Order: sequence, then structure tokens, then C-alpha cells
Amino acid sequence: MSTSTRTKRVKKVRASSAEDPAMAKSPVSKFFGRLALAIVVIITLFPIYWMVRTAFSDNRAMFGEPLSLLPVDFTLGPIERVLGLATPEEAIAEGGSGASINFGLYMLNSIITATLITVFQIAFSAMAAYAFALLKWKGRDAVFNLFLVALMVPVIFTILPNFVLIKELGLLNTIIGIALPAMFMTPFAIFFLRQFFFGVNLSIIEAAVIDGASQWRIFSRIAVPLVWPQIITLALLQFIFYWNDYLWPLLVGTTEESKLITVGLGIFRSQTPAGNPDWAGLMAGALLAAIPIFALILIFGKQIVGSIQSSGVK
Amino acid sequence: MAAKVSRDNQIVPAMLFLIPASIGFLAFFLWPTIRGLYLSFTDYNLLRDPTFIGFQNYIDIFNDAVFWRSMAVTFQYVFINVGLQTVIALALAVLMHRFTRSMIIRGVVVLPYLIANVIVALVWFWLADYSLGLINAVIEGIGLNKIGFFGSEAWAMPTIAFVNVWRHVGYTALLLFAGLQAIPRDVYEAAEVDGAGEFRVFRSVTLPLLRPILAFVLVVTVVGSFQIFDTIAVTTGGGPVDATRAINFYIFERAFERFDFGYASALAVILMILLATIALIQNRLLRANESDMER
Repeated sequence: MSTSTRTKRVKKVRASSAEDPAMAKSPVSKFFGRLALAIVVIITLFPIYWMVRTAFSDNRAMFGEPLSLLPVDFTLGPIERVLGLATPEEAIAEGGSGASINFGLYMLNSIITATLITVFQIAFSAMAAYAFALLKWKGRDAVFNLFLVALMVPVIFTILPNFVLIKELGLLNTIIGIALPAMFMTPFAIFFLRQFFFGVNLSIIEAAVIDGASQWRIFSRIAVPLVWPQIITLALLQFIFYWNDYLWPLLVGTTEESKLITVGLGIFRSQTPAGNPDWAGLMAGALLAAIPIFALILIFGKQIVGSIQSSGVK
Repeated sequence: MAAKVSRDNQIVPAMLFLIPASIGFLAFFLWPTIRGLYLSFTDYNLLRDPTFIGFQNYIDIFNDAVFWRSMAVTFQYVFINVGLQTVIALALAVLMHRFTRSMIIRGVVVLPYLIANVIVALVWFWLADYSLGLINAVIEGIGLNKIGFFGSEAWAMPTIAFVNVWRHVGYTALLLFAGLQAIPRDVYEAAEVDGAGEFRVFRSVTLPLLRPILAFVLVVTVVGSFQIFDTIAVTTGGGPVDATRAINFYIFERAFERFDFGYASALAVILMILLATIALIQNRLLRANESDMER
């Protein structure tokens, strides 16, 4: 390629790729690329749509029309059934099992547990992260690395002794027993909060020190407000994580008063008779359990996506 | 570095700030780790005090056919799950990188990852149900034989692996997408100037520059996949026969259905050693910490 044609091509490329040269330009690749993306979006959303469609269908009538894209004999029955609003007779008439289930209560338990964990965990982890990022002391990095090692231990390994500990403390089948192990910190939260605090402009902190502000005051009035948006996003992700958690609450919370929504769903499924399962009721329960997450994503989707994206590239 | 902050040693406030997190670390991470190691050398059923039995649990595990079968199906799961997930996520990340900057598409793609395993498992359990599910209705509709996705030994584990690919692939793609965006733009300009096609750009530019993040993603997904539990617990419960009794589920059964805490702890120790080894080897093989960018 001669130098002059090369220069021409450089100019052409620069001009055509207005701001993002990573984007494809040829119309043919654009067409197939977008087609592929559309297929991905459909595969992602369809199962979720199917859950909604089933949750508003009549459990008996649905089996006559397995391929119907719309709810079959649209009804709120399944939702009422799993919220405990229908009498057992009504529930059985609509194809439910008639067993008493109260997803309203389980949802409340889940909200309390996930909120309790998130608030305390983020507050305590932020304090630790502040000490690791903005205070200077001997052994700081060694202690931080020790905390991080906890990330390496598989969940199932600590769950067994932690279960014994919670049992010894007499906290089995209580919300506090479910929440306690996660309330003080996780290495994950400390790691990211420390990264946030590293981004704080040191001269602001130094000025406060010169003014004679206490470390607690600097932490609570200066450092935390400066990284508040990032803290909120991290808190959302942790809330979603604990809302979705299954194994630990399955072991520790088995009574009605301590059962979380995921556990309630799992048990509902195992109670459902094999020959004549209440699929509409199951999907109604699943939908209820997913609604708070959908709401959070609708409101905070941009921040959540941004936070996940930045978690890989350090 | 001489600190600009007035006092050089802030150990007293640092210790105060660390009090709550340290309580959590000591009580719920360090102490259970030590206790778990100890319990693995005992016979313990939660009712009586643990009795020290030396390496007996480990010897029993070595001779336990269910354990070996469970390792085999775990590896089967990890292989299908990580393999499919990495390839699809990579393709999806490149698609997003080359064809869209839409935040909504990124949000949609990551959505399944934010929904509980339990919900995802139930939705697919319904979609893939043998007698009434949509997938089998379609399969029958086009004149093929129905498939027992969760009910047959051959299909159960691949089905569970697929369900979790569906849940995780968008998340993985998003991480890789972020890695792609970190690649300097002039590299793509140069490739275009040289007239490189779509595939050539991917193989010679994108892939080598993406390697560090790809390595990070692989370590995380492999270690995560080994710990599959929720989907199995909600759908097959380890069956049919032993086909989906992955190691985490087997540990759970030994501990909480047979109250064999010592044995279960020893299984968990083996899993922990296995995961640490795999993470180390992967890191070494993939030279995770260096980038091709500097060369």
C-alpha cells in the first residue's frame, strides 16, 4: 500500500468513525449484528414473560392450551392463592394444593432480613475500608490481605460450623440468626469500599485534619458523602444478593416466622403434588419474589450495570 | 513515603474503625474455618460432643463411591457450564461492543443474573416440564419425541448447566464488554486502516488484548460453578439416581439430612483444597496478571 493511499484511508476511517472506531460500519455486518442482539434479547426475556403469562392463567384451563402466548382464562387467582387470600376450597377449585402458604409474610421476612444485613454490613465494612484506605498504620496491608483470604473459602465450608454456632447461640429459626453472620462485613464489600475511598481527594482530608476534625467526623461528614453514590449502588447489589440467597436461610429459617421468600418457594415446589402441580401458583410465587428486584432494576438499572462493569476492570 | 497527613501513625483510630468488621471476621470467617478443619477429623452428629477420629473421615471418603460419582457429575457440570458460558459471553460481549451502546440492552442482558437462582430454576423447570411444559409442547408439535430434561439421567445435568448459563451469561458478557471498552481505540483504527475484516480484528486484536480480563472471568466462573447448589436443590434434588448429586449438594445431604457433620466437614475441606489448587493453576496458565498491551 502506497503512503498516499494509506493516508487517504486513515482520513476516511477517521471521518467515518465519528467517535467510536470500535463500532462496525458496514451495513451488512450491522444488520446481522443487530439481528443477533435481537435474538439474545428475546431468549433473555421470553422465560420471564412466560412466568408472568403463567402466573395470570387458570391452572386447569392452561393445560388445554400449552402453546397460548397470552394468559389462559386471565385470573388473579394464583396471586391471591399464594398470598393466602383465597380459602383452601377456592384454591383447590382453581387447581391449587389447598396447603396454607403465605408469601406476603415470607416477603416481609425477606425485606427485613435483606435490609438488616445490607445496612449494617455496608456501614461496618465502610468503617473498615476507611481504615484500610485513608488511615496510615503499620501492618495495614497485611491485615487487609488477611480479610481478603476469607473470599477464598467456599461458602459451604463456613456454613457448617456457622450453623453449629448459630444453634449454640439459640438463634435458629430467627431472622437475626439468618442475618447475623453477614451483618458485620464481607471481604467483597470491604474490597470495593476501599477502592471508592482511594478515589477521595486527599487534600480535602488533610485540610480537615489541620482544622482539628476527629477521624470519625472526617469519615462520616467528608469521606462517606464524597463516595455516597457508589455506596448506594454497592448496597443495592448486596440487597439483591441477600434477597436471592437460598442455602443459608434454608438451614436457619424453617418456621413460618423466619422463612424467607426463596425458601418458601422451594418448599412450595416440593409440596406441590407430582401428578397435578400448581404451576400457575408456583409462577405467581416466583413473580412476587422477583417483583422487588424488577423494581430496583427499573429505577437503578444504569447504576447497577455501571457498577458490575467496573467490578472486573481494576 | 512521608505522610502529608499530620500524624504518621493512626493505629488507634484505625483499630476503633475496625472493631465491628473484626468481630465479624473472627466470629464468622476465621473461627468457623478453624472449627471446620477440626470437625473434619471428628465424628459429630450435632447431639453429642465431637469425638476425634484422626483421618478416618478422609479414608472413608476415599472409599466412598458416591463421593467419586459426585465429583464426576460436578466436573461434568463445570465443563458444560463454563465452556458454553465463556464462548457465548465472549460472542455477546463482542456483539455489544461492535453494534450497540444501548444501556437498555446491557440492562436486559444482565437481568437474569439479578433474579434469584430459585426463581430461575422454577421458571425453567416449568418451561422444560415433561408433560405440560412449553418446550416439550413445541418439540411434540414439530413431530419429535419429548425429552425428559430434568427427569432423565442423561439430560438432567446438561439441562441444569444450561439453565445456569442462561442466568450468568449476560453478567459474564458485561464484564468482558468492560474489558473490550478498555482496549485503546487507535488499535481498531489501525486495524481498519490495514483493511482487516471482522473475524481478523477479533482474532488478532480483540482476543489478545482481552486476555487478562478473560483470565479473571474464567477463574471466577470455574470456582463459582463448582459450588452449584440452589438449582439442584429446587429441581432434581440430586436425582435421577445420582445424576445431579454435585459435591456441594452431597455435602449438604451428609450434614443436614444424615447429620454426619464430621464427614461433611471433611468433604468441604477437600472441596476447598481443590478450588484453591484450580485457581492457582488457572492463574499461572493464563498469566492472569500480565497484559499483552505492553508488548
